[in-house]
Order: sequence, then C-alpha cells, then structure tokens
Amino acid sequence: MKYAYYPGCSLHSTGSEFDLSLRAICPQLGIELEEIRGWICCGSTPAHAVSGLLALALPVANLSLVEEMEMDEMVVPCASCFRRLKSGHQETMTDPGLREKVNRVVDRPYEGTVEIRHPLEVLCERSMLGRVAETATVDLSHLKVACYYGCLLTRPPKIMQFDRHEYPMSMDTVLRAAGITTVDWDFKTMCCGAAFSLTETDIVYKLTGDILDEAQAVGANAIAVACPLCHANLDTRQREIEERREKEYGLPIFYFTQLMALAMGIPATELGLAKHLVETDELIGSRTEPQTRSVASVTH
Amino acid sequence: MGDVQSATAVAPSSGLARTILEDAAVEVNLCYQCGKCAAGCPVAYAMDYAPAQLIHAARLGLDDLVLNSKTIWLCAACETCTTRCPQEVDIAKVMDAAKILAVKRGIKPSIGAVRSFHQAALASIRRFGRMWEPGMLVSLKLRTGDYAKDMDLGLRMLRKRKLKLFPALKGSRRARRIFARVAKMEKEASEPS
Repeated sequence: MKYAYYPGCSLHSTGSEFDLSLRAICPQLGIELEEIRGWICCGSTPAHAVSGLLALALPVANLSLVEEMEMDEMVVPCASCFRRLKSGHQETMTDPGLREKVNRVVDRPYEGTVEIRHPLEVLCERSMLGRVAETATVDLSHLKVACYYGCLLTRPPKIMQFDRHEYPMSMDTVLRAAGITTVDWDFKTMCCGAAFSLTETDIVYKLTGDILDEAQAVGANAIAVACPLCHANLDTRQREIEERREKEYGLPIFYFTQLMALAMGIPATELGLAKHLVETDELIGSRTEPQTRSVASVTH
Repeated sequence: MGDVQSATAVAPSSGLARTILEDAAVEVNLCYQCGKCAAGCPVAYAMDYAPAQLIHAARLGLDDLVLNSKTIWLCAACETCTTRCPQEVDIAKVMDAAKILAVKRGIKPSIGAVRSFHQAALASIRRFGRMWEPGMLVSLKLRTGDYAKDMDLGLRMLRKRKLKLFPALKGSRRARRIFARVAKMEKEASEPS
C-alpha cells in the first residue's frame, strides 16, 4: 500500500529518529511512503494562536499538494501535524464560506479528497497486525512500556476521530502485536506542557514530571510516544526534572516505531537512538545477539 | 415583550461574546458553568482565572479582565476542555480568539515570552517554509532578552546532533505567498468598508 507522506518539520530535525524508524519498518510491512514534494510547515501551535485563517491555510496547502500528486491517502506521524491537517480538512469541508476563503489563500484550491491517517491507524488494521507479529522476531519481553499518546492524537475527538479519546489503545495494540509488554496506566493522554518547553518551562517540569512519576510508579521501564514534542519534553527535560524532584527516573523515551524496528531486528544504530539524551543502551543496546522469539506465543 | 423567539432574545449577548462568535464561531453563551473545563485543565493551577471563569467573564463582556488575563496565554492547547465540554463550547478556541483580539487591540500580552515564541516560530516558517529550530531559538532569545536560558540543554542537543545546522528552503516561496495573502485578507477585513 502506497501513501503520500507528510513528515513535518520536527521529523526533519529534532525528531528525525521518528522519521528514520518509520521509514525502516515500512518496507517490512509492505507499506510504501512517498514524501510530499515541497511540503511546508502545518503552522502547529503558533499559527492557530495568531491567525485562524493562517492556521487553516498552511495545512490545506499541503493537502492540495497531495491532490496534485494524484494520491488520496496520506500518513502523518507527528501528533500536532496530524491534528492541524485533520482540522484543515474538516473545517474547510464543513464550512463553504471558510473553504472559499482558504482556497483564495493557497496556491491550488483543495477539493477535499485526501484521507489523513496516522501510522497507528494503518498499523492497527487487522491484516497489518498479523504482519507486525510475523516480522517481529526479536525477544523484547524484558520491556515494560508505558504508551504515552499525549493530547493531540485523539483530541478533540470530533475532529480527530481516532481511537478512544480518554483511554486510547492503538499504540498498545501495535506494540503488543510486536511481542512487547505495555502497561495499564492513567496518564496516556495527559498534557506534557507541549510548546511551553521554551517559554514557561516550569509548567513542563510539573506536567512532564507528573507523567514520569506515574510511569515509574506503575513499573514501566520505558515510555513510548508518537509525538516529537512529547519526546522532547520527556527525554530532553528528564535530567532537569530529576534534579528538581531529587529522584532518578532513567526512563528511556522511544518513538513507538523505534520499538517496532528493534523487535523486527533492525540494528539499533539505524534508528537514531544515539540522539536521545536519556541513554537507551542499558535497556536495549547491550543485546548484540538478537534473540529470536516464538511467533506462535503472541498470536492469540 | 411577548413571545420569546430564541435564547438570544432572553439572554442578550455581550459585545465580547459576539466578537468571539464572529471571529471564532464559538458561542460562549451556551456555557452553564459546570466547571468541567476548569477541573480537567492541566495548567489551571498556574492561571489567574480558571477556564470556566474566563468563559463567564466573556459572557459578561468583561473585556479588560479577559484580554489582560494570564489564562489566555497559559493555555497549552491540549484541548481537554474542548473535548469534555457538555455544551460543546470550544474553550481552547476561545483562548486563541482572545489572544488574537488582545493583540489586535494593542494590549500588551500578560505573558510576553509566549507571544514572542509565536512570533519567532511564524517568522521562521514564513522565511523558510519549514520551522528551523536553531534560527527560531536565536530569534526567540533576541525577543525575550533571556540569553542564558537553556544554553546547557542546547549544547547537549548539539552534541547529540539533534539540531539541524542549516534550514531547508523547499517550499519557502509557497509559504511566503500564503503569509502575504493571509495578511492582505486580514487587513481588508479589519478596515471599515
């Protein structure tokens, strides 16, 4: 299956591990990604805080690029991009006046034919879960992963129409199919403080700290994410939070795609793990000999 | 008086509530103060008015209170409030509409750094088509004057090669065209015809 691919700014910079690991697992699963030529930023938080029109025009410009490629399905891994693109589509398609206005601003009018999907949605398809189980041959049973979905994958549900908004399970489902244990916990969709990382950092210390506390309390030894900003807060701010709370977490933060790739036996060196500020070696890097697991044991 | 035709006939809308309805298509008068938004807000502890209070102030037309509040700048846009509101009031969108209105009326943002971040980020997107973090960070520091903040973290990220040293320029012209057309349309809309 071939999809138009919108990486977004973070996956080309601070979150490039997400891009690398997604690209690494796709061929194994028969998924082909074609990056949208000339894509631009979705506008994310700054755009909707400054101009309602700009906040729609930036994502819609990208949707119309997908139409120009004559493709009708796109995948968007970044939670914030996913949110903005979905909003761009839905708000313009349900309000003809707004649509007319937005189409006057973008280079090429958007017809509304693009289906915007998150990789987790694609991976949760029944046939795909079977393939995940088949390709995941490395034993990672020592992992106890807290799946952290963050805010925007599921909120607001009216626009996102993705998973259960208060207690999503898609990431758990996909990782479990890959033979990885995921834990039950309450902080799946709590906010990490998001873009306040650079300005109101104390808020991030509190919110992200609470998430780390809870993950530790339920006995997780790693957290999986699907958002580059969540990753930045949980990973790059972890040491500062440890200093402030006078405790040690040592919780590696993985993109769920990195964990899937590791389960598939893709070498850790190809997944950008060295870019993480919280070391991952102790948990996964020392395992030079991939240990195979019995596939039959995880198919229910 | 006689027959009551609609809710607006019995509950006259404040000027601020009408502006929010026109600008953001959110009807704050639907709020019945259940307080769910305030209860679920992860940042309410740091705000001067809880989200439910801010919505009430908008209904009452307390422009000064709303537009000078810290609340509107401290909203993290997590959309928990919007998701849980039983009256489907898009509270997060009200926070955006109030920020935009405050800037339009020349009111100094109560949390200046947040506004500076938005400006620095949008300047980067307009110039390069995509966000270029190192450039955006420099621009943010120039605006806030807080040069020492996060220097240590920045260096750790550089060592880990997390920061991209040069901006991409693909799509920069496309972005500039969009920014220019939006600015023109918004200018036309704000001028009295």
